[in-house]
Amino acid sequence: MAPYESDDSVTAADAEELRSARRRKAARYVVPATVVGIAAATIGLVPALADSGDPDLPKISAQELIEKIAASDVQQLSGTVKITTDLGLPDLGGLESSLGSAAGPSGSGDSSADPTTKLTELASGTHTLRVAADGEDRQKVSLLENAAEYSLIHNGKDVWGYDSKSNSVFHTTASGSEGKQKEELPATPKDLAQDALKAADKTTSVTVEGTAQVAGRDAYRLVIKPKDEGSTVGQITVAVDSKTGLPLKFTLTPASGGSAVVDAGFTQVSFAKPAAATFDFTPPKGAKVEEGDAPKASGHAEHPGKGPSKDLGKGAADEFGKNGPEGLNVIGDGWDSIATFDTGGQGVPSGSEVGGDMGGFLDSLGDKVSGGFGKGTVFKTRLINALITDDGKVYVGAVTKDALVKAADAAK
Amino acid sequence: MSQADVKGRGAVSDVRLPPRGRDQPPQPASRRTTFYGTLFRNELHTTFRRWRTLALLAVLAAVPILVGIAVKIETGDGSSTTGGGGGPAFISQITNNGLFLVFTALAATLPFFLPMSIGVIAGDAIAGEANAGTLRYLLVAPAGRTRLLLTKYATVMTFCLVATLVVAVSALTVGAVLFPLGDLTTISGTQITFAEGLGRALLIALVVAASLTGVAALGLFVSTLTNSGIAAMATTVGLLITVQILDQIPQLHALQPYFFSHYWLSFADLMREPVYWDDLVKNLGLQALYAAVFGSAAWARFLAKDITT
Repeated sequence: MAPYESDDSVTAADAEELRSARRRKAARYVVPATVVGIAAATIGLVPALADSGDPDLPKISAQELIEKIAASDVQQLSGTVKITTDLGLPDLGGLESSLGSAAGPSGSGDSSADPTTKLTELASGTHTLRVAADGEDRQKVSLLENAAEYSLIHNGKDVWGYDSKSNSVFHTTASGSEGKQKEELPATPKDLAQDALKAADKTTSVTVEGTAQVAGRDAYRLVIKPKDEGSTVGQITVAVDSKTGLPLKFTLTPASGGSAVVDAGFTQVSFAKPAAATFDFTPPKGAKVEEGDAPKASGHAEHPGKGPSKDLGKGAADEFGKNGPEGLNVIGDGWDSIATFDTGGQGVPSGSEVGGDMGGFLDSLGDKVSGGFGKGTVFKTRLINALITDDGKVYVGAVTKDALVKAADAAK
Repeated sequence: MSQADVKGRGAVSDVRLPPRGRDQPPQPASRRTTFYGTLFRNELHTTFRRWRTLALLAVLAAVPILVGIAVKIETGDGSSTTGGGGGPAFISQITNNGLFLVFTALAATLPFFLPMSIGVIAGDAIAGEANAGTLRYLLVAPAGRTRLLLTKYATVMTFCLVATLVVAVSALTVGAVLFPLGDLTTISGTQITFAEGLGRALLIALVVAASLTGVAALGLFVSTLTNSGIAAMATTVGLLITVQILDQIPQLHALQPYFFSHYWLSFADLMREPVYWDDLVKNLGLQALYAAVFGSAAWARFLAKDITT
């Protein structure tokens, strides 16, 4: 029996060793698994830890805060701004970009360094901008693109636009219209906040609601809410730097909820004087230089002959306010104002009239509505809605569909 | 090839260390370091002496030459630069400054040529030895599996650096021959001197080489899974292409920041003034993460592997 016994014990020991070897082998995979786990935890936890509560700041009234903004005299700053725009427009893909440059001479590969063409790009998606300013005379805004950058540089009387992707340059002279030029760049939260505050009157509630950290700075949150029911604007939040009074972040949330329609804020900001070389610009060798007209006193830096196409990108409000077609009327005031005009045409043909795929496409874009005014189609985005009646009248505003129909009924 | 390999490996045994068993005392540290250096030198020697490696480097060197000649012909009739803004990054600037050919060439090779050649070298590292039957000879030498794996990874990393520098130097040479050199304009519109431009070009080459460490670790891990060098290379290159395609699908945007190739083109941010570090840091962090995860996975697999060939 002895041999059997010893055989048995050897086999058992072998099996045990084999098992423990397997365990050791399996145990080694703990290392990569741990690395993955730590990485996942870090990715999940670090933003949560960095967001370590809102800063404690002395209480302040809305009035004081607005005064602080108005008194803010930040002359020198540089920083990075992130802008996210989600208008809820249907994703038109390539169509969108071809609209933006349809009338441009070069078609798809639009190489113009004209600032107005770049504004269209900001209307959707997320963009990173860099801003730098040193007093009234020197500012720079750069739109960071993939391996390229579009810079708009204002230095003294020169305004340069430089598109590094196509190596083309746009040049114009500011001729004492700094203010105008600034209006062309709604990039800094300050400009956006000022626009929002302009609308503040009896239709609006303005409150200070707590504090926040923006770009590592302590800020007050100024909340602006429309009192009217019909508006699609839920609320506008402006984060104001507690020290300098500079608006650091601007958020517009729609009444329908969901993500912000516009979210623009500094991700990094410094109030030190930017390096002087930042504002120096000489057109690189071999770059195409396009000379623009000096901006007119009332208009934008438009190119003769290019105007109409550029207007597409200027944002609806601008469009209706300044460059709208003949016969433009504004109904109501405050948040509920509705712009209306008569195209004199037939309105939008319904899907059944056009028939086929195209008809289905038209129907999918808008909702059919009818009311006291007759029939029409409502085109919706998350912020701006438009009603086009079948007899060719157009009602547009940052209001709900019902408010548009009511306005159309009232106008009848 | 295998004949040469066996010969090359012979040098390892010249160190004449007795095979170290568990019951023997560890060698003094200095001897180990020397031995480690020898192993690394031998690995480098074997890798860079292969015709396959030299052919890969030749292909990489040819890319800037082709791009340079194409741009020269395109603009040779005095017409202005390619205005469309299409093509690889920086291509519209090459005619004005040859240094931009370095950036264009790196932007053109980084998405595919460079990682593909890394995939070939990394995929071959372990599986190729196993396939040629030389892996067990390597392990007979008292190196230990962990150290052999580290040496292999170091060799692949060296290849990353050499491959990137080959592209950069070839591009700089072609750029200097075909186009003028001089002060250059950054993509932010500011001017920097040629010397500073050269410095940034070197920095960019280093960042590009570092961008490839993730693929290298992935390739090494795949290489420990199989005994067929070809299968490991094909899998690594296949993964590379798949990830590049997935990175283009908008519906996957939530996942895309974790793809190893997602921030590759961020090296262009070094040409901004001031440099925009956010994406560069993300890229390097992501590569370090891939290197840690797949490096340790390769280690776990390689130490557990039955090596019969």
